[in-house]
Amino acid sequence: METAGSNTAEAARAAIRPPLWLLAELTYKCPLHCVYCSNPLDYMAAGRELSTADWVRVLQEGRAMGSAQLGFSGGEPLMRDDLVELVAEGRRLGYYSNLITSGIGLTEAKIKGLKDAGLDHIQVSFQDSTRELNDFLGSTRTFELKQKVARLCKAYDYPMVLNVVLHRLNIDHIEKILEMAEDLGVEYLELANSQFYGWAYLNRDHLIPTRAQLTAAEAAVKRFRDRIGDRMRVYFVVPDYHASRPKACMNGWGAVFITITPDGTVLPCHEAKMLPGISFPNVRELGLREIWHDSDAFNRYRGDGWMKDPCRSCADKDKDFGGCRCQSYLLAGDATEADPVCELSPHHHLVEAAVANAELAEPHKTRPLVFRLDQNSKEFCKLPR
Amino acid sequence: MTESARRPGRDSIPAIRRLFRMQWEEVQQKHVLLYPEGMVQLNQSAGEILRRCDGKASVADITADLERAFNHPGLESDVMSFLEIAHGNGWIEYR
Repeated sequence: METAGSNTAEAARAAIRPPLWLLAELTYKCPLHCVYCSNPLDYMAAGRELSTADWVRVLQEGRAMGSAQLGFSGGEPLMRDDLVELVAEGRRLGYYSNLITSGIGLTEAKIKGLKDAGLDHIQVSFQDSTRELNDFLGSTRTFELKQKVARLCKAYDYPMVLNVVLHRLNIDHIEKILEMAEDLGVEYLELANSQFYGWAYLNRDHLIPTRAQLTAAEAAVKRFRDRIGDRMRVYFVVPDYHASRPKACMNGWGAVFITITPDGTVLPCHEAKMLPGISFPNVRELGLREIWHDSDAFNRYRGDGWMKDPCRSCADKDKDFGGCRCQSYLLAGDATEADPVCELSPHHHLVEAAVANAELAEPHKTRPLVFRLDQNSKEFCKLPR
Repeated sequence: MTESARRPGRDSIPAIRRLFRMQWEEVQQKHVLLYPEGMVQLNQSAGEILRRCDGKASVADITADLERAFNHPGLESDVMSFLEIAHGNGWIEYR
């Protein structure tokens, strides 16, 4: 029996594929205070940031395992003094690297340094940092910054990738956003409807769009695509709350993605730290290969052994992997439940209620808008997990 | 890509588009195309054709080189069919 058991374990281990996508969250420091920030609520409780030498070792270990896409993210990764050095190491190792930035701090000297170091592309996010949300697009300062960054990207021959997080408060400006992307000569435009985790979950009642808003935005995107042809590739990420089946979150737990957070904690996705009862390993203590293959954290929801019904007997379980574990935990209180976005989930009514609330002329709001601010994060650090 | 796939002529010179980087992945034992939103994993013949699309060699040159390398005549139609698909996917452009 024991032999059979260990053979099965060996077979399962051999079936684990490499983490093709490595996300390096270099720092939680950020000049912005976005209400949909994907960093953990208690980011202020994170430990000391990894050193340059730690990061170099992590990049080497990841590449040896087969990681090919490398994202430098944060916070604002430009706040790390050693960014150029890390980009150069990434290039030397053969990664295809991406800087995910607000553009703040992206001077010409910096962009030249990054180009020389071998950075492959820059994804600029349209920030929404002002307290005056109505100024979102009207902000001259923001628009000038985008123009400057776009000009620099062109001058240094980077593909221009623009990311805009859409939500109730800005989605009606979609035509202006598309127009701006065209003016800037963007090659990839990612219109990502806000997903409701962390800060965005706190602010959910403020951020969920109405069905009418979504329909209008989709129509505007279609008209734009028809007109612009192949000059720009436009991705429109549909908000999962309005879907009837869940997204294939991360392409499955521990399947493709590995995230290293600023203090070296390793996660299957950048939200997973919210899940209770899992001890996520740290690169200061363990090698990346051991973490990916052998840790309880990465094996917890790998494959489908953890599933219960309706997922276990579902024909789509290899397609959507039961959706998102964090969403199941957030809404149903149990990460092994089906993602409540799924119409087959016994908790689907919770998503329906949130969407119905959004349809009200004046949606009920559980709290005022909470900005991603250090003092707010400190409050969350005090709460028991 | 929204553009329609175009079949090359024998004199067409295909090149991998600027948004893509092609490389050999040792762990996967295959060529891949890397680009801002992901990675295309190429099978052996796709990899062998695409790595010859250097913006200098014509379709006729590429075909001749492949026929020599694999000692297999009559590949032109296969090469053209693949390039048509690659063009439709936005991986290559013709110069």
